[in-house]
Amino acid sequence: MLQSILFLLLLVAAFGFFAWQVRKIRANILVGRDRDMSGHAAERFQKTLLVAFGQQKMFKRLTPALLHLVVYVGFLVINIEVLEIVVDGLFGTHRFLSFLGPVYSLLMGTNEVLGALVIIAVAAFWWRRNRKPPVKRFTGVELRAWPRLDANIILYVEVILMVALFTMNTSDLKLHQLRGETLPGAFPISSLLTGLFPANAGALHLLERFGWWAHITGILLFLNYLPSSKHFHIIMAFPNVWYSRLVPQGQFSNVESITNEVKAMMDPSFVVPPAPTAPDGSALAPTPFGAKDVEDLPWTNLLNAYSCTECGRCTSVCPANLTGKLLSPRKIIMDTRDRMEEKYNSPVIFRPNVYGAEAKHEPITDLANATLLRGKVTPEELWACTTCNACVESCPVNINPLESIIEMRRFLVLEESAAPNSLNVMFSNIENNGAPWAFSPSDRFNWANDLFAAEKPAAATVA
Amino acid sequence: MSPTTPAAGEKRQINVPVMADLAARNESPEILFWVGCAGAFDDRYKRVTRAFVRILEHVGTKYAVLGLEESCTGDPAKRAGNEFLFQMQAMTNITTLNGYGIKKIVTACPHCFNTIKNEYPALGGDYEVIHHSTYLQQLINEGKVGVTGGESFKGRRITFHDSCYLGRANNIYEAPRDVLAALDADLVEMKRSRANGLCCGAGGAQMWKEPEPGKKDINIERTEEALATLSGAAEALANLGGVETETSAPGPHDLQGSIIAVSCPFCMTMMSDGVKNKEQESRVQVFDLAELVASAEGINA
Repeated sequence: MLQSILFLLLLVAAFGFFAWQVRKIRANILVGRDRDMSGHAAERFQKTLLVAFGQQKMFKRLTPALLHLVVYVGFLVINIEVLEIVVDGLFGTHRFLSFLGPVYSLLMGTNEVLGALVIIAVAAFWWRRNRKPPVKRFTGVELRAWPRLDANIILYVEVILMVALFTMNTSDLKLHQLRGETLPGAFPISSLLTGLFPANAGALHLLERFGWWAHITGILLFLNYLPSSKHFHIIMAFPNVWYSRLVPQGQFSNVESITNEVKAMMDPSFVVPPAPTAPDGSALAPTPFGAKDVEDLPWTNLLNAYSCTECGRCTSVCPANLTGKLLSPRKIIMDTRDRMEEKYNSPVIFRPNVYGAEAKHEPITDLANATLLRGKVTPEELWACTTCNACVESCPVNINPLESIIEMRRFLVLEESAAPNSLNVMFSNIENNGAPWAFSPSDRFNWANDLFAAEKPAAATVA
Repeated sequence: MSPTTPAAGEKRQINVPVMADLAARNESPEILFWVGCAGAFDDRYKRVTRAFVRILEHVGTKYAVLGLEESCTGDPAKRAGNEFLFQMQAMTNITTLNGYGIKKIVTACPHCFNTIKNEYPALGGDYEVIHHSTYLQQLINEGKVGVTGGESFKGRRITFHDSCYLGRANNIYEAPRDVLAALDADLVEMKRSRANGLCCGAGGAQMWKEPEPGKKDINIERTEEALATLSGAAEALANLGGVETETSAPGPHDLQGSIIAVSCPFCMTMMSDGVKNKEQESRVQVFDLAELVASAEGINA
């Protein structure tokens, strides 16, 4: 009875605290600019099924995809056991799902095998990150300090959770063996471990309770760790994929306010639609062209930042990054999250990246006013982008770093006139000559001069 | 232009039809060939434009160009963040195109293709836009172009470099490969191809600026990959990854006569510069699809 009450309190506290954190994150995402992402439910559903549930894009790289699949399936299946734990905890039952009989055996057996595989996969993940030198994409200026520690904490916690699960099962199994009873379910791994456990009923009972409490408490603590961690992707990947852009990747967003201005310039009779007003009818502060800070980005790009698990596939295929330029698409996404949490709501554990000379950053003194552009992302990074979409293509959860890059370029060019000089020359060539190079427009058709072709009947007429 | 010279009997001068003239005669073309700035001004890419016009003439398509009325689509301005300049260009072009009632546009530039196809509709320009790789594929499939009677590419090693704005931007991967397959050449794929293709380094307005500071130019990285693929030098491939390598290690295949095929004017510039940088220009050539088709068809003059 006491255990049930304790458990209920723990459960309420954990979910309450998590809900409170989620509300803050939701508020952070909603500081972004409006973008209508409604409609196309069937297409979005299919994408979510394939890319998020089906891990489709993970399989561009087989080794990490298989390792990740083990942990992902383990997470899904072991959650069924968590359901049992919650019911047992609340009502004082013991393995209440055991009425399922052979299905229960199958479930427990699968769980145990997956649990063991998870430990192996996590060990492999740890090795990939911590060996010298690690897999290249687990390096970079943005992946030091907290992000590096965070990645390892996740792996340690996952091992602890699995060890707790095996402690619970093994002691329960041995306890039943001592009493000459059969424990419902199948335990292919735990049955191998019983020899390691004491043959003392009291101790086994304690161990079983310890394993049980450690497993569920660990999960609830981990749940509340997520909002501070890149591991939040286990939840956010799903809405993020749902709200994917459905247009061709080459299509960049249109700026409506500019369209109105240009239309008015070209056609004096065009009536510019009135600027949007606040709900009380007052005029809103004018929004800048492009993005200087997080609130200038569309909300979908802010959702992107919370879905990023910092795997670095984007950076590892970026042609600029590959050839030693400063640009790293992952850094831009991580900077966006850091900046949102610095300026608006921060999570429980908040250690934003601070860059110095290694990222060609001026030392930042005024953190509050260190906007996303310049405070975190330097123009040199933005101007290194070839807009090739390799980062967008590679992201397993459909994050679009390119959109943020273009929004910040827009701010640099349209608000600050801070384009590199050679690009300003290109702009004026387009304005004056209708071509990005300094050619005379009257020479545009010269290519057609003295153009000859060998006379030959077309293939179709021959046939 | 001088009148057609009938002398040789096998060489004919082409008078490229201009849209304004067609409109004056109340005619409309089946397709509008959008030449693009590189196609009109870049000496190297003018040869691609001319090859494509020869193909259009050869198959008897009723086409026209805008001639002096064409202007930059605004792509480089938009990628560089100058949305205002982009929209000015776009709306000027849309006014011209809509004025002529254009329905179908073919272009040899993936950047023009992407911009007109995907970004003009929001500004009032709705057209069927086709990249010349798709158009050539159609001509070959329909049997209008037999890719015979001219230069033979049989057995020559060709690798196709995907343009980002054709590939990842618009999911066109097979059309250019189908065109090359018709040449009966020895097609070899780079490790980074199709959706994993590596950019030539020119997109996003990089064409008009110096690269940002780094260890290596992107076009060198890509050219090294292309050369190693053509020569079959697996070791050189393994060494890639942003590190400047020595002139590619010789592979089992002689590079002489090998071809890097492209379908984009900027890729053309970057890959050609890369081949020169690697001092392979006497052995490896960079060609656009239209040039290869026109050569194979034997319609160059």
